[in-house]
Amino acid sequence: MAAEPFTGSTEHSPVTHHILSVLVENKAGVLARVAGLFSRRGFNISSLAVAPSDDDATFSRITIVVDAESTPIAQVVGQLNKLLNVVEIRDMAPAEATERELLLATVTIEAADRGHLLQNVAHAGASIIDFSSDKVTMSLSGTPAHITAFEALLLKSYPSTEIQRTGLVALPRLNPQV
Amino acid sequence: MKITGAQALIKSLEAQGTEVIFGLPGGAILPVYDPILDSNIRHILVRHEQGAGHMAEGYAQATGRPGVAMVTSGPGATNIVTPISNAYMDSIPLVVISGQVASGAIGTDAFQECDITGITMGITKHNWLIKSADEIPEVIAEAFYVATTGRPGPVLVDLPKDVAQSQMEWHEPPSTADLDLPGYHPQLDGDPAAIAAAADLLASSVRPVLYAGGGILKSRASEALIKLAEATGAPVVTTLMARGAIPDSHELCIGMPGMHGNYTAITAMQEADLLVSLGARFDDRVTGQLSSFAPKAKIIHVDIDPAELGKVRHADVGIAGDARRVIEALTSAVEERQLEDLAPWWSQLHAWQERYPLTYDPQEPGKGLRPQAIVEAIDAASPAGTIVVAGVGQHQMWAAQHWSYELPSTWINSGGAGTMGFAVPAAIGAKVGMPERTVWAIDGDGCFQMTAQELVTARIEGIPIKVAILNNSYLGMVRQWQEMFYEERYSEVYLSTDVPDYVMWAEAMGCVGIKVETPEEVGPAIEKANAITDRPVVIDFRTDAMEKVFPMVPAGVSNSEVVVHPSQREEA
Repeated sequence: MAAEPFTGSTEHSPVTHHILSVLVENKAGVLARVAGLFSRRGFNISSLAVAPSDDDATFSRITIVVDAESTPIAQVVGQLNKLLNVVEIRDMAPAEATERELLLATVTIEAADRGHLLQNVAHAGASIIDFSSDKVTMSLSGTPAHITAFEALLLKSYPSTEIQRTGLVALPRLNPQV
Repeated sequence: MKITGAQALIKSLEAQGTEVIFGLPGGAILPVYDPILDSNIRHILVRHEQGAGHMAEGYAQATGRPGVAMVTSGPGATNIVTPISNAYMDSIPLVVISGQVASGAIGTDAFQECDITGITMGITKHNWLIKSADEIPEVIAEAFYVATTGRPGPVLVDLPKDVAQSQMEWHEPPSTADLDLPGYHPQLDGDPAAIAAAADLLASSVRPVLYAGGGILKSRASEALIKLAEATGAPVVTTLMARGAIPDSHELCIGMPGMHGNYTAITAMQEADLLVSLGARFDDRVTGQLSSFAPKAKIIHVDIDPAELGKVRHADVGIAGDARRVIEALTSAVEERQLEDLAPWWSQLHAWQERYPLTYDPQEPGKGLRPQAIVEAIDAASPAGTIVVAGVGQHQMWAAQHWSYELPSTWINSGGAGTMGFAVPAAIGAKVGMPERTVWAIDGDGCFQMTAQELVTARIEGIPIKVAILNNSYLGMVRQWQEMFYEERYSEVYLSTDVPDYVMWAEAMGCVGIKVETPEEVGPAIEKANAITDRPVVIDFRTDAMEKVFPMVPAGVSNSEVVVHPSQREEA
């Protein structure tokens, strides 16, 4: 199998997504309320990540990525704010956010053929986290563009690759780009 | 003091000032029905849970206080889903208590189990599944607070049977200031800068229209609205949800806009240079085709729900806040400004009113009654403050058009959801809340057949409402659309001329039944109905089946293309 070298994420697709960082009370059904609102109002979710945001799990943070071109962001924020369990919403354009996503990938590949793959893993900054005689599992965290580029490379070079992405999480950038 | 969860629920409802519960018991809610016997809260036993929900809505619409309904799990809960949805669309404060199967059985497909919190998530402001009896005072306090504040709406509290049966240490419910609702902060006062900007727009407008919606009634802002109208001299349209917000007899009131509004109200909005939306939401039944709606108008949009601002139509000035407070502030700001002369605008409005008044054909001998004339006759014969409650369809539009509404909260109907069968139970609820008022349900025969069984409830509970069935033997509004838009291909709209016999049906339910077929019988029948105060009365008015509601803006068509009554159309 011909493996191409990983060249990173220099090629930028036009950015149209927005990141909503939604602080919610960590109560039963809160994710269903948020997801149900998107569904019934016809808003599309590109990705969604959720985890407790403090020590005693009183609050969770849901990071929702939406397509800003096809979704009325102000209306999404307005409707989300009406949910009783939603405490605070940050609406971030990518330039205002530090974004990270995690990818796990398992490639079926014999030990003898792994040279190129390991090179690419090193170039991308990924790490091998599990392996067997015919499979390698790696992880990579990075910007969505970086992850997407690495994912594309893997799928092109090793079509049977099994991939799981987490959806991105983000916090406001400390020095926003102009 | 140790009490059961069921007792705690009733005590919590009492603490919220509940005077009446509309409900129907069943297995899962059974524990709660025992302490009802020891409570001063009146319970009204309905014949179907949908009736309980609509009664609670009618009660809330008439009184401004939250309506409370109680049902059992499973089918009891699903039967009240329609009223919950109706309350959500029309922003009615409604508190529904549902029984649930025991906590341990949840998720096992137990007898009469259904996921009612899941089902109602999208049609409640919020809902709660109670996990422990200790939570009950807090949750009930939160439920009433959420239902009645901000943009009012329905809430549901689901109570598992074992929680109702378990013991808890009673504690007083928290005050509203102590409620733990970190994500709920209704904004009541409008932003002063936005109010100043709105006042500037009003001051420079030469063709303003005050567009009054149901929020005026919710915030008890009728007086404030009249003051703003008088301070500006601007015409006021009252939407279907706001009829009576300013008296129809007031010289500044130009009536109802929308699909079946009057020509002047519709056209005033189309030609306006400024629309001041006050507790209204640019519903598609008001705007018609959105892209051509009020094309020259700047928009001031006042709403308690910030998400409404710009949802449908861009607001040049959006003000989130309580209608009454914002209107009062806006009035003060306007009074400080020099206003434009609106005389030319009024001369145009008066010309439209003269050219296109609401009208209908005169009675033809030997033909069915004119439904519009019946509405006007009941209006003329009934005391001031009479509450009118309608179902959904042609009769609803005629009742909205041809009754002169002089007081707020005297008109109750299902607006946003368009729930057929709303009238009879909602009228019962209104009468329970306002027992000194005369309450007329103006209903269609199709609607009446959906929920008429609640007249049994009304008779047994001593709730003497009056029902006028405008009986045209058809699902009349659908028939009208099939006549106008489907080349008179009538599909599944004919009910029956002979069955049911409404007089026999009314009498079987313990009510007085009267059949009216000729114009001469109309007045005496209404007099007789108004004189009966010890039981419900049903009048079966036999109306002309071919009668249509005019004016009409066909769905999706520009409001500039309003179809007026045939007698008012230009000769081709």
